[in-house]
Amino acid sequence: MDLTGLVAFNVVTGIATLFLITIGLGVIYGMMRIINLAHGEFMMLGAYTAVTAVDHGVNIWVALLVLPPLVVGLIGLAVERTVIRFLYGRMMDTMLATWGISLGLIGLVTTLFGNVVKAVPTPVGSFEIGRYGASLFNLVLIGTALVAIVALLGLLRFTKFGLVLRATMQNARMAAALGVSPGTIYMATFALGSALAGLAGGVLAPISGVSPDMGAAYIARAFITVLGGGPAIVTGTGLASGLFGFIDELVSFQTSPVIGDVALLCAAVLLIRVLPQGITGRFLRRSL
Amino acid sequence: MNGTASPPPPSVPLLSVEGLHSGYGRIPILGGVSLAVGEGEFVGILGHNGMGKSTLLRTLMGYLPATAGSVSLSGRAIAGLSPTARARAGMGYVPQGREIFPGLSVHENLRMGCLLGGAPEAGRIEEILGLFPRLKAYLDRPGGALSGGEQQLLALARCLCGAPRIVLLDEPTEGIQPSIIEEIIETLQLIGRERGLTVLLVEQNLNFIASLSRRILILKKGAITGEVPPEVARDRAMIDEFVGMD
Repeated sequence: MDLTGLVAFNVVTGIATLFLITIGLGVIYGMMRIINLAHGEFMMLGAYTAVTAVDHGVNIWVALLVLPPLVVGLIGLAVERTVIRFLYGRMMDTMLATWGISLGLIGLVTTLFGNVVKAVPTPVGSFEIGRYGASLFNLVLIGTALVAIVALLGLLRFTKFGLVLRATMQNARMAAALGVSPGTIYMATFALGSALAGLAGGVLAPISGVSPDMGAAYIARAFITVLGGGPAIVTGTGLASGLFGFIDELVSFQTSPVIGDVALLCAAVLLIRVLPQGITGRFLRRSL
Repeated sequence: MNGTASPPPPSVPLLSVEGLHSGYGRIPILGGVSLAVGEGEFVGILGHNGMGKSTLLRTLMGYLPATAGSVSLSGRAIAGLSPTARARAGMGYVPQGREIFPGLSVHENLRMGCLLGGAPEAGRIEEILGLFPRLKAYLDRPGGALSGGEQQLLALARCLCGAPRIVLLDEPTEGIQPSIIEEIIETLQLIGRERGLTVLLVEQNLNFIASLSRRILILKKGAITGEVPPEVARDRAMIDEFVGMD
């Protein structure tokens, strides 16, 4: 019974982690059809923001949850203004450009911080599920993911910005005829997606270890989850994270994390074979 | 909105177009279009497929760059502006194919229309729905689930929510059931009487264009070749003389 509780807790943590590492990519890809190959490096920058802030004595919660999205959001804004905005509608070019940015960021961070793994202290201890100890910080991950889901759904559904965003993604030319400036909306969306990547990097920093090439560990899973989720970004990412995270954690528990990743990949291949448009391409089409 | 007859002919036209050239890439479509639309005037442009009707409106709205010529709104040159800037300057656009946001509800489509115009959203939508009572039953439905005719009404209502100074109306009868065409005519006549709405319409439906337009311009091979009064436009034989393919 205790073990079941622990496994269930770990499964939920895995789902929350997968959602957090995916949602920034999902916002940018789902809304703008831009494949941001620098997504993993944006997460890495978020993690380094947390490391640097903690080193300078900033409150640990601010360093993990507040500064990374702000800093990486601003970096994303700069990247959009200087590179991405010239490449809208040219998918291959944006892939090349963002890949180049990712390599450049890895090189830059290696030069600045060295090619070593840095660590951020975990701000909270552990608690007990029966006979087993579980990390309280996992609850922080789960809470962050929940807040992100609710905030994004609220933003899209209830704010004027969300309405304009959805309209622009459906038909930017028509939105322009109603007075919307699509360039501004794209800029804001890219910054939002970057900020979410930064948040993921910051909140995962204490448990993942922070190194210049850490982004590579996440990017494949994030892409698979975005594709599995389909066109409804938040709901789709949530459902795909739920499915893939569940399979990954359960198989990892029974065997090893490597086999867990293999199982995740197999599940994704099967899912895309059955639902080429992702989960929300078939179900819950009107969700956000 | 005083319910009296249409306003007197103005001295400075609201929309003025001089020698407008445009096309797709290197293929020229418009070869020097000149026209003027006065405040409160309803001007129709009649032409066959391929004569440049939609191209003209797309160029006026800024989707296609003008390669030569000038466009001004109340004397202000707007030829170099983006569609966004033109919309903000008061140009309303109801495109061919209607371009409803399919995943937004009817109400959300109208809210998008209210971005411009400055009036409080709820009151503005209420007011516009008074002109389009048919839409009231569908407010929560996704725009993409409406029939073609209902989408056309929605596109028109959405445009009017932004209180445009001039409405560019691109073939509103295309693929629409006749009952709704009549409804659109009546609605536009009502709005024209009550508010002196300024409209530039391109159409090939003779009944529609003749019922609404004060003047009808003939667009042929990318240029305005003549003007006919609306009474003449009802006579297909005479119109064929004007609009014919040669």
